[in-house]
Amino acid sequence: MGRARLYPDEPSGPFPSPPSTIEDREGRDIEIRAPGELTTDLDAVVEMYDQFDPTDRAQGIPPTGEDRIRNWLETIADESVNVIAHHKPDGDIDVDSSADSDGEVIAHAMLVPDADDPAAIEDNGDIEWELAIFVLQDYQQAGIGTHLLKHLLGHASDVGIERVWLTVERWNNPAIALYERVGFEASGTESFEQEMSIRLE
Amino acid sequence: MNVLVGLGGSDESIKTLRQTIDRTQDVGDDLTIAVLEKPESKRSQDEMYEEATDLLSEAGVDADLVRLEGDPGSALVDHAEQGEFDQLVIGGGTLSPMGKIQLGPITEFVLLNAPTTVKLVR
Ligand SMILES: CC(C)(COP(=O)(O)OP(=O)(O)OC[C@H]1O[C@@H](n2cnc3c(N)ncnc32)[C@H](O)[C@@H]1OP(=O)(O)O)[C@@H](O)C(=O)NCCC(=O)NCCS
Repeated sequence: MGRARLYPDEPSGPFPSPPSTIEDREGRDIEIRAPGELTTDLDAVVEMYDQFDPTDRAQGIPPTGEDRIRNWLETIADESVNVIAHHKPDGDIDVDSSADSDGEVIAHAMLVPDADDPAAIEDNGDIEWELAIFVLQDYQQAGIGTHLLKHLLGHASDVGIERVWLTVERWNNPAIALYERVGFEASGTESFEQEMSIRLE
Repeated sequence: MNVLVGLGGSDESIKTLRQTIDRTQDVGDDLTIAVLEKPESKRSQDEMYEEATDLLSEAGVDADLVRLEGDPGSALVDHAEQGEFDQLVIGGGTLSPMGKIQLGPITEFVLLNAPTTVKLVR
């Protein structure tokens, strides 16, 4: 860990900051926000991953089964930077004040620091951050991934993050198209995974 | 079974070797250990060779220990082709900070080119 990766010389951005509400291509209202800490939304996020189609897993994540999902998220939750998308329930006919009026979580994207001791990070700009993004199957190909990714990068920039990297399976064309669109460039050696990186302004 | 294990010098290599030694003890496989030349590794080829010697003697297991020079993937596959091996064992990838499994270019080369069954150790 901590290996220096290559980054584009030119920074990308600016990207929008959460919170935002967007309308996806199916006309659904999608609210994107950044929880202060993932722990506050952990149950809802675990539930989303529990519904995730296992055929859409990427390099072993998300794990399957509620316990393993929870365990995985708790391990990385502490110092991670997150954005969550909710599908806001249709119409405000029923304005009951139930706590669940947020709607269900339908997508999640996060950054995890590549640091041996994440608790000791002084400046987010010193660290390289690994990105992952997941959109629930019924909500894919409606533009949500693109919006969510941009908001994650906007939020990252707000908290002083400059270098973001990821690996993606070489045949995962939807993901690669998405990453390239916002400014990620291929970096590092190609094997089963393609490494990509972006520099934020 | 005649088993060839390839070690590049990472922590993963140590885990792979330990598991392979355990299995050798359980089932009585014939074991050959190839220490590869991988300059970017945590352990140098010499250090990996020594550590492998130590682990073998600790376990009281007899194995052939060889050093392979040159490109690690092709050197290992070459060696596998020349011997009468039934299985080639290598490390099964590292975990990224996110928990993603990452297989490097050597693993890819070995999987695509090896003449034998390949085992990835996790
Ligand atoms: C990758 C992923 C996050 C994309 O989310 P999404 O909400 O579907 O993305 P968008 O709708 O914003 O699509 C972005 C672009 O990707 C491409 N794309 C999306 N789905 C595609 C598909 N099935 N085949 C080919 N291209 C596709 C298109 O170019 C699309 O552009 P468009 O808006 O002009 O159609 C989502 O498919 C997903 O969660 N996949 C499973 C998990 C995963 O692989 N994550 C990435 C690795 S961590």
